[in-house]
Amino acid sequence: MGDQSAIDIRGVAKSFATTTVLHDINLEIRDGEFFTMLGPSGSGKTTLLRMVAGFETPDAGTIKLHGDDVTQRPAHLRPVNTVFQDYALFPHMDVVTNVEYGLRVSGVKRDARRRRANEALAMVRLEGFGERRPAQLSGGQRQRVALARAIVNEPSVLLLDEPLGALDLKLRQEMQTELKAIQRRIGITFLYVTHDQEEAMAMSDRIAIMNKGVIEQIGSPKEVYELPATAFVASFIGTSNVIERDGRSQSLRPERLIILTASEAAPVGSHAEPGAVTDVVYLGMVTRVFVHLDSGDDLVAVQTNDGSSIASTVANPGDRVQVAWRPADAFDLDTALV
Amino acid sequence: MRRRLARASLWLWVLGVLFFLFAPIATIVLFGFDRSNVETWPIQHWTLSWYSVAWHDPQVRAAFALSLKAAFAATILSLVLGSMAAFGVHRARFFGRDSISLLLILPLALPGIITGVALNSAFQWAGIQLSIWTIIVGHTTFCIVVIYNNVIARLRRTSNTLLEASADLGATAVQTFRFVTLPTIATALVSGALLAFALSFDEVIVTTFTAGAQNTLPIWIFGAIRLGQQLPEVNVVVTMVVVLMFIPILIAARLTGSENFAPRVAATQPK
Repeated sequence: MGDQSAIDIRGVAKSFATTTVLHDINLEIRDGEFFTMLGPSGSGKTTLLRMVAGFETPDAGTIKLHGDDVTQRPAHLRPVNTVFQDYALFPHMDVVTNVEYGLRVSGVKRDARRRRANEALAMVRLEGFGERRPAQLSGGQRQRVALARAIVNEPSVLLLDEPLGALDLKLRQEMQTELKAIQRRIGITFLYVTHDQEEAMAMSDRIAIMNKGVIEQIGSPKEVYELPATAFVASFIGTSNVIERDGRSQSLRPERLIILTASEAAPVGSHAEPGAVTDVVYLGMVTRVFVHLDSGDDLVAVQTNDGSSIASTVANPGDRVQVAWRPADAFDLDTALV
Repeated sequence: MRRRLARASLWLWVLGVLFFLFAPIATIVLFGFDRSNVETWPIQHWTLSWYSVAWHDPQVRAAFALSLKAAFAATILSLVLGSMAAFGVHRARFFGRDSISLLLILPLALPGIITGVALNSAFQWAGIQLSIWTIIVGHTTFCIVVIYNNVIARLRRTSNTLLEASADLGATAVQTFRFVTLPTIATALVSGALLAFALSFDEVIVTTFTAGAQNTLPIWIFGAIRLGQQLPEVNVVVTMVVVLMFIPILIAARLTGSENFAPRVAATQPK
């Protein structure tokens, strides 16, 4: 297999009734990669994941797993396993029976599959929970059982469909760290679907940002954040200001903007424009300052409350200010895709 | 004070309704212990002898055996047909699906006399001799409904991702059916079967039109009452039927009512 890609998606398209949910998707996911498909609901990310799992068939195009064309192959014959959003644990089986299910249906002997199921439970830190029923577990524990049930089969690719969506914030952050650690340890490819950009940034090697059935950009978390290719990416990943200058769309990250008083001189080499403060939101570590520029654009600037910026700490709605940025921090967006 | 009064009258009301429902049955049970052939209150002489009479009556025995056979056969036939219909209607998306669902439920709402007359003339027209088999077919028409309703309700409550998860983990369609679908609907099947059995066992109207020379137990009871010669024996038989029918209905109620058995999607609520 060598450096063959784990998942190779070529020209995949899909329509349901009259709505096209995926247009000509091309995507190559490397072996051992933690790859995330990120997008709002209706962007087609879950449909694409379900096609890799075998629950949907594309109208056009091919899907290859490690070079093997699986486009028409039914789900139970594909070397992939899925962690479902609602976990889909079998309610009538205890935890260990759930985990060993995949081994059982493929004919692994009872002792061997028990041992491997218990190893998988240990990996997700659920030793001793084998005899409980799913209904007796917390949301976080069910999530771990679902993960153990998938990885025990040693799939070549693990598919995760918003697996942390039902968990509260703190648990979600813990699970993010843990998922990433497990992925490193077992070294299999993770294809992860989420609408939570922070989650995507925290775990992924690369992210594909999807919108309305097309991939807007593929890149590392750093690339998609700092060099957004389209206005959609710029606004979906973090907050961003999109402005028109010289007939081109440009993206400005709020933390790269500097708020100056009306009379202050802009730092050398930066570009400053006058405007009026419309709102100030103090958030503890940072303060968000909303400015309406005289040119007509609305900007949001995030100022760190480390004492270095005087203007942001004293700014009040209605105050006249200047907003400054270095030309290098304004990125041209690929207007063709907007 | 007023609350206590309200509560007391509510209890009284409930007791009144229960009395209305069960007093006639209690009367029958009581008169089963009356030695006299004529029912008069209060009972003069208590006896268990009618139980012995009923037990040794060959007509009662034959009718009881026929009822059991017909109920078993109708239940098994309904289990197969009703659950298959439920799977079909639940799984498939086709034009007229809702109408078919309604048509399947209709025989239960249809007056028994219509089902009976219709079956009777259909059998006549087809030249089929009335026998235990025509009774079974008649009972199956309404027993299917109970099974169908139970199974489709369970299927609708079961998350589709359970089946996807099973396939995803490598299970074939047969394995998914055996390890996931069947355990999921098992309690619905059992409770449906018990109800179907009870329905078939005490059915009179459809049976009168589909039975030949043989009597089922309810038909025998009906005939004996009309003749009026063996009233105490009838009381005893009815008492035994009531006791027998209580068991499957209680089990069925427990199986469908208990949340411990009902499979739920145990996920969506966060911890």
